[in-house]
Amino acid sequence: MEWLQLLQRFFGDFVRGAGVTLELTAVGLLLGFVLGLLLALAKIYAPRWLSGIATAYIEIFRGTPLLVQLFLIYYGLPSLGITLSQTLSAYLALGLNSAAYQAEYLRGAIQAIGPSQMMAGRSIGLSRWQTIRHVILPQALRLALPSWSNEPISLLKTTAVVFLIAVQDLMAKAKRAATITYNPIGSYLAVAVVYLLMVFALNALLKWLERKTKIPGFDIDVKRV
Amino acid sequence: MDFGRFIQFIASGTAYTLGVTLIALPSGLLIGLVLAFVAVYGGKLIGKFMDVYSTVLRGIPPIVLLFILYFVMSGTVNLSPFWAGSISLGIISSAYQMEIFRGAILSVSGEQMMAARAVGMSKMQAIRYVVLPQMIRLAIPSWSNEAAIVIKDSSLVYAIGVPEILRRAQLISASTQEPFLAYITAALIYFTLVFITNRVLGRVERKLTIPANP
Amino acid sequence: MSKPILTVKQLTKRYGSNTIFENIDLTVNEGDTIVIIGPSGTGKSTLLRCLNLLTKPDGGQIWLDELEITAKGTDEDHVRQHIGMVFQNFLLFNHLTALENVKLGLVRVKHMPEKEAETKALEELTRVGLADRAGHYPGQLSGGQQQRVGIARALAMDPRVMLFDEPTSALDPELIGEVLEVMRKLALDGMTMVVVTHEMGFAREVADRIVFMEKGSIVEEGSPDDLFYHPKYDRTREFLWKITELYGKKEAQT
Repeated sequence: MEWLQLLQRFFGDFVRGAGVTLELTAVGLLLGFVLGLLLALAKIYAPRWLSGIATAYIEIFRGTPLLVQLFLIYYGLPSLGITLSQTLSAYLALGLNSAAYQAEYLRGAIQAIGPSQMMAGRSIGLSRWQTIRHVILPQALRLALPSWSNEPISLLKTTAVVFLIAVQDLMAKAKRAATITYNPIGSYLAVAVVYLLMVFALNALLKWLERKTKIPGFDIDVKRV
Repeated sequence: MDFGRFIQFIASGTAYTLGVTLIALPSGLLIGLVLAFVAVYGGKLIGKFMDVYSTVLRGIPPIVLLFILYFVMSGTVNLSPFWAGSISLGIISSAYQMEIFRGAILSVSGEQMMAARAVGMSKMQAIRYVVLPQMIRLAIPSWSNEAAIVIKDSSLVYAIGVPEILRRAQLISASTQEPFLAYITAALIYFTLVFITNRVLGRVERKLTIPANP
Repeated sequence: MSKPILTVKQLTKRYGSNTIFENIDLTVNEGDTIVIIGPSGTGKSTLLRCLNLLTKPDGGQIWLDELEITAKGTDEDHVRQHIGMVFQNFLLFNHLTALENVKLGLVRVKHMPEKEAETKALEELTRVGLADRAGHYPGQLSGGQQQRVGIARALAMDPRVMLFDEPTSALDPELIGEVLEVMRKLALDGMTMVVVTHEMGFAREVADRIVFMEKGSIVEEGSPDDLFYHPKYDRTREFLWKITELYGKKEAQT
């Protein structure tokens, strides 16, 4: 099992790379969540023109490969005068991309909770925004959790392509190991194992989060992919 | 370079993109479909084995798997990047498709199988005439999603040197110093492919819908 | 002579080319319990939802005390603080405990300090007999308990009038009684109430006035005695006869 030896030999390197990978995932997820939530709310509650923009954004970012988006930001923007570092470009691309997917998960949940809870909130004098904030979102976010959980895991795997713009993530370290040892298969197998472990850990974390935030008695039957 | 030639250069990569997709998607379909039935009806042990297959192939980033399989295949069987890449993406997709079909099969209620057997059909017949037709309809939405994903993931073969859309965009952006334009064009072409695919599959879904009175 | 709390003039509501109801006039005086009855789909619930502006009427006016709430520029959220509503499907906030459900309006709308809000919320829960369930979530309560929490939530805002939209229609038979009992006590305490219901027993015993609506207009209006024993229209008598038979209570016919 050569990959095991490689894993041991480049352990420090791989750990650092994994750290960058996790960082990329976290930033992309956070950015994507904030933007995704805004997009979802815009699609549901905003006036026509604004919700149209949100829909267009979602269609575009879900309809094109992340790699193209990444290259567009890192290689394309400079010719328009905006030059971003590799890391910043990666953060941006991952965040903008993830936002489109998260928007759909959140939108589905908000719409499921929406109309009757909105009515109940308004009936005691809460404003629309207050109802969204204190009544709908707390329930919608919990409802979205099982299907939304696919996104952090998907994002973790998606980050692997950013090594193509020389971001020093786990894949970049694998490439380096492959160059040094002339053993590409072993190197990539080794990081494959590391990615797998990270995915398992993330999965366990998400399951724990689901349990922790469960509303007693409110059984939401949603299928986990 | 005039704009027409610009677009043409990038668009010529579409043949490769489509090629990769049209190899990966159907092979993923075939493998995934068979494995899904095996997983559902094959007993506990086989089911567990399928779980491992699915978990491993879906837990590793596609590009990592692509690299591994590419190096394995080009090393042993001496396949071109195009073929190695397409087959690799097919194998990866098969794991996702297996899960889609597995879910759909399980959604067709177990009672359907019971009813089929009660009429005297064998397990195979029941699967073929009762479960499969219903399962396909249930699977279409998720499958359309997977089709779009494969089209987008085909861009990954850029990294192993296949002259598809993204690679062409990169080449021309270097020679014309118009990176933004190049990548926007690439994005546009991908978007069109995904859009058309979604539309077509949407029509298929509507055509196959079983009439029901609300 | 008690003064009118809710005055409705010529209220009209349409959905596209359908007229749900047209030119409805209604006066609800202080302390009154008005019960609206009628076949399903005649717009009773829609009418109720217009009263607290959850649904916008297409014509006509509504006054709450002296204020015309259908006038342009009315702060609807403010108006809804003074009109309480209880829903057929309870519509409790699932992510909050019973106590928190009742508290939410007090804290966020009335800007009451935490301690004060908690005390008041507990009072209201006690009023509907659920003080011991304060820490339970809606998912842990029976239908009847959920509805009573719904009533407490509406009461906590100290409304001028309470609207009940078929409050017991979604309940199992054995749970209906506990909710009707709370409503009966409320009426006896002098709360002004407008109730849409199929519960004829409640209508007969508790209502000050019964309004019979059919196909979007008020057919007949009067005291329970009037409607049950001296209905002016055949339709009224037919409907009441059908309903009371359905709900197992036999009426002495004129």
